[in-house]
Amino acid sequence: MPIQSMQGALRALILVVVFFIGVWSQSSGLVDDFMFYLPDVQYLVVQHLWLTAVSGSLAIGVAVPLGIILSRRSMAKVAESLMQVLNVGTTIPTLAVLALSMSFLGIGTVPAIFGLFVATLLPIARNTYAGLKGVSPALMEAAAGIGMSPTQRLFRVELPNALYVIFAGIRTALAINVGTVPLAFLIGAGGLGELIFTGIDLYDPIMMLSGAIPTALLAITVDALIATIAFIVVPRGVNPSRA
Amino acid sequence: MIRLDNLTKVFDTPKGAVVAADHISMEVPRGEICVLLGPSGCGKTTTLKMINRIVRPTSGKVFINDEDTSGLNTQELRRNIGYVIQQIGLFPNMTIEENITAVPRLLGWDAKRYKERAREMMAMIAMEPDAFLKRYPSELSGGQQQRIGVARALAADPPVMLMDEPFGAIDPINRAVIQDEFLKMQQDLKKTIMFVSHDIDEAIKMGDRVAIFREGKLVQYSTPDDLLAAPKNAFVESFLGEDRALKRLNLVKVREVMSHEIGTVTPDDSLETALQRIDDYGYQNAIVMINDRQRPTGMITRAIARTTKGYCRDHFQGIPAAVHLDDDLRKVASLMFSNDMTWLPCVDDDERIMGQITQRAITHHLGSRHRVAEHSVADQNTGV
Ligand SMILES: Nc1ncnc2c1ncn2[C@@H]1O[C@H](COP(=O)(O)OP(=O)(O)O)[C@@H](O)[C@H]1O
Ligand SMILES: [Mg+2]
Repeated sequence: MPIQSMQGALRALILVVVFFIGVWSQSSGLVDDFMFYLPDVQYLVVQHLWLTAVSGSLAIGVAVPLGIILSRRSMAKVAESLMQVLNVGTTIPTLAVLALSMSFLGIGTVPAIFGLFVATLLPIARNTYAGLKGVSPALMEAAAGIGMSPTQRLFRVELPNALYVIFAGIRTALAINVGTVPLAFLIGAGGLGELIFTGIDLYDPIMMLSGAIPTALLAITVDALIATIAFIVVPRGVNPSRA
Repeated sequence: MIRLDNLTKVFDTPKGAVVAADHISMEVPRGEICVLLGPSGCGKTTTLKMINRIVRPTSGKVFINDEDTSGLNTQELRRNIGYVIQQIGLFPNMTIEENITAVPRLLGWDAKRYKERAREMMAMIAMEPDAFLKRYPSELSGGQQQRIGVARALAADPPVMLMDEPFGAIDPINRAVIQDEFLKMQQDLKKTIMFVSHDIDEAIKMGDRVAIFREGKLVQYSTPDDLLAAPKNAFVESFLGEDRALKRLNLVKVREVMSHEIGTVTPDDSLETALQRIDDYGYQNAIVMINDRQRPTGMITRAIARTTKGYCRDHFQGIPAAVHLDDDLRKVASLMFSNDMTWLPCVDDDERIMGQITQRAITHHLGSRHRVAEHSVADQNTGV
């Protein structure tokens, strides 16, 4: 998964940067300089999170049902080819997705959310589909054999057993999402990208870092949050992290 | 009662039509275990799965307790049939309690009742409820999981059970234990059970009746003893194996073959009396000595009785073994061989002497059943 490893590398890089910034700021008393941007950061973090929340929940809301529908037996013929399309879709860089959505929807929040939504949708749909398809046939037969209806099978057996994989998809997708939101600034949707890109333009490292550091912290926090939810929600019997 | 009426399944495959089950008609009486037996791919599983509609029959009907099941709703039908599969298929996302109570919960039992039921089921399969109910399947051994699989199938007390190689995934030692436990449960539960196996020994052990399948057809349907005594054709004969007469030893109990007539002496009898009785009864080697509680305590050999004077109490030898009325002939034969005996005394549960069993009687029993069975087959053949 190239995107995932790129994301991982980016995250590691950000962490290293954060570390050296810490060392540096302590030695030279730069904290005050950073405090200057605090009101901007507060405002932009909210905007940033809002973009993530809206596009992320839209993506989950669409991708999970989509994965479920594609995994039904009656959809078997269409599903495989559609998954191929989705797989190809995932390889398109998110910046390109944003640029494309801007060229259709213009500038502002709507095209940004749409672009983020598309980028987030794919990993979730893919994992939901793969997770449900991965439930063992013996389990499905046992569920049918004791008299569960198709809906009961889905909710009592298939989804709980696929949940860990689905959450892995959500985690990847939201990591991509939070990391991509700064680019949304480029099509006029605000977010912490405003400080980062303006800082770069103005050769103002303090300003740039005032955007970069919160972005890194947000990515880590969201990731930890999803991991925690998964830990709680996925039943212990099928949760490798609780085994 | 399960009755199959011309049940047929044809699979359409890319390589053409496969007739997996070909006009299967048979009846499993209420409370009995019927084992479907045959080589791999002969249609056992397909036949079984048509009963709970995991596989839809191409034609033919399934009756349960004389009711045509084709009129029933699929979910409802299945909730009234216990189902155990070879892969066990416990739900890994559910605790043991949730697994066992899956069907009762589908049937809408209230929480108090199904929780109680879970504990009952655990007692039935001899597992500690407090230790296991809150665990997950992955935390159990294969044998324990298999027991839970059986408990899940039995939880809503369905009259009918389908079991597809239920003990196939367990090691031989555990398998024998679970088979025994299951048979013991069945004595009380009296479920009507269709049981798939490819293991002839399991079929003989578990089945009240055995149905031999070959290439989608039911070849022979009879009790294990009849099956072994009179295989219908060369296929059945070769499937049962050349040691089928020995396999029958498992099926026959001492009480069916023993003779109630046995001469005995007491410790106070003289050796002269002993010799007299040995001759009267026509024994070759020895006579049993019993105590005042009718228990065999030793034997007087012909050689001693002929050459010595005195009382039995001073000249007896130990009896190498005695068999119980409900022991099977396999154990008897084994004891006879290992002790170089041609006969053994038979005792009841209080160890009191009830008679004797001889090698001749065993041979005769197996041989005569063979002849009777061959006759009846011959009669049928001429009758048709
Ligand atoms: N779903 C299926 N599609 C096509 N052929 C099948 C299917 N299930 C079973 N068969 C075929 O039907 C025959 C009987 O299979 P099965 O009932 O599973 O045999 P057994 O349980 O006795 O080993 C086999 O030839 C098998 O290949
Ligand atoms: Mg089979």
